[in-house]
Amino acid sequence: MISIRNVSHSIDHHPILHDVSLDIPRGGITALIGPNGAGKSTLLSLVARLAALTTGEISVDTLQIGKCKDRDLAKVLAIMPQSTQVSSRLTIRDLVGFGRYPWHQGHPGPEDREKVEETLTRFGLEPLAHRFLDEVSGGQKQRAFAAMAYAQSTPYLLLDEPLNNLDIAASRSLMRLLRDMAEEDGKTILIVLHDINYAAAFADRLVVMKEGRIAADGKPEKVVSAKLLYDVFGTDAPVCMMDERPVVLV
Amino acid sequence: MRRLTLLLGLALVAVLALLSLFIGAIPLDPRTLFSDPEAARLILISRLPRTLAAILSGGALAVTGQVMQILARNRFIEPVTAGAGQSAALGILLVTLFLPGAPIWAKMAIASLTTLVGSIGLLALIRPLPPTQPLLVPLVALVYGGIIGAVVTFVAYQGDMTQFIGTWLSGELSGVLRGRYEMLWIAGLAAAATWIIADRITLLGLGASTARSLGVNVARITALGVAAISVVTAMTVVTVGAIPFIGLVIPNLTARLLGDNLRRTLPVSALFGAALVLAADILGRVIRMPFEVPVSATVGVVGAALFLYLLYREPRHAA
Repeated sequence: MISIRNVSHSIDHHPILHDVSLDIPRGGITALIGPNGAGKSTLLSLVARLAALTTGEISVDTLQIGKCKDRDLAKVLAIMPQSTQVSSRLTIRDLVGFGRYPWHQGHPGPEDREKVEETLTRFGLEPLAHRFLDEVSGGQKQRAFAAMAYAQSTPYLLLDEPLNNLDIAASRSLMRLLRDMAEEDGKTILIVLHDINYAAAFADRLVVMKEGRIAADGKPEKVVSAKLLYDVFGTDAPVCMMDERPVVLV
Repeated sequence: MRRLTLLLGLALVAVLALLSLFIGAIPLDPRTLFSDPEAARLILISRLPRTLAAILSGGALAVTGQVMQILARNRFIEPVTAGAGQSAALGILLVTLFLPGAPIWAKMAIASLTTLVGSIGLLALIRPLPPTQPLLVPLVALVYGGIIGAVVTFVAYQGDMTQFIGTWLSGELSGVLRGRYEMLWIAGLAAAATWIIADRITLLGLGASTARSLGVNVARITALGVAAISVVTAMTVVTVGAIPFIGLVIPNLTARLLGDNLRRTLPVSALFGAALVLAADILGRVIRMPFEVPVSATVGVVGAALFLYLLYREPRHAA
């Protein structure tokens, strides 16, 4: 379980998070949504220990963020990087292989190689495995980064707006992969999403944030409503139900 | 592909090293090597040290250039021209002026220290630059190196030492003799040591947060990388003088051929760097025999041509 207790955070004396408490039990996809500047990405980076925690406590299973070793946390929690910021010329096989780094510390054994091959097959990346990252499409690149995080073999996976710059086909296929990971591998996925419709379609639980606080929390069909859109996002948009999932008409 | 380039690099270095042993102002016949004691002396005192100096400096500069490009996350930068080279010259100049009696290891240590400060200064300076403007980094580095170079010239002028700075700011191998190049072994060792942290440096290339989330100690690896860069730059500048372009062209060449996985590419870069300096030095010896053109000049010409070719060659992209 990821347990967030009374976390407040400021950046340059600007308060970003106010006394946030949240529990994310094992299993399923939890989506953090909310307007720009609501503090979603800040909360995610605090859980990922990529920003220093100043007020409050966060723990992942038995590991206390800020106290545990990076190396230990790397075996429990994977963070999918934003591929748009990466310019390294690595082959997709090497990139996926680096997901195993916390386990082998630079000396991959047979089980690491096996995991890499299994990951490549599972993500349909085998035909591209020898290609460099700057020689594949944006969607393929994003898929490779998801594969890297998967190869890390952690029970928890964090993603910060992974659908940025992806077209609809690539977005849907990536979300479906995450769904598979949650259902088949029992991974616990925490994801920051911009698009409420993607969140409602693929997540088990939505946590809505506004101005550094949690404004709503629950199953998508309970949370997404025209009133929420008005209260939190400040926009008038009708919501209708399709296949028991709420859909925002934009 | 990697094995092929590795073998090619080894073959190039071997052939060029042999040529370097037997080409020079004093003619030398390989057949008399074992019968003529003069020939053996020439090899041991001058040609072999010179050849080793070319291999060590070329290999080390190429390796640290590659590390620098990952740390700076920019492909158009190399330590020698980006302030580190000038900082090394500044360090050795200050020691020579104020502590002329200091033992050689102390001089080297101080030069390494000023180089370290200069490199850290550069990394701090380029950190806030937007990644969307990759050309800003080399521009800032150029200005930064120019400013430190100006300080070097000013101090040298004030201290009446202008004739010295030429030997540091432009690389030359003709002065290399046994007993005068051995510091380069330290450069070679420092460059070789980066191989141990090659994986972690590669991970840094994916961004600090990705590296950290995979359990890499970002601060420590950055510090080790900068230390290796500083030691290599300081040792080369002080022993043979600044050799530009190696740290820029060779890493770009290997990245183009083999990518950025340093565990694979560092040995190839080292071999190519050694080969380029050897070739440039041999060229400098034969162009106007028996006179010599400094290796920094020939490397500059060959390197610039190679770099332009790399820049203008059609980039390979997804079909």
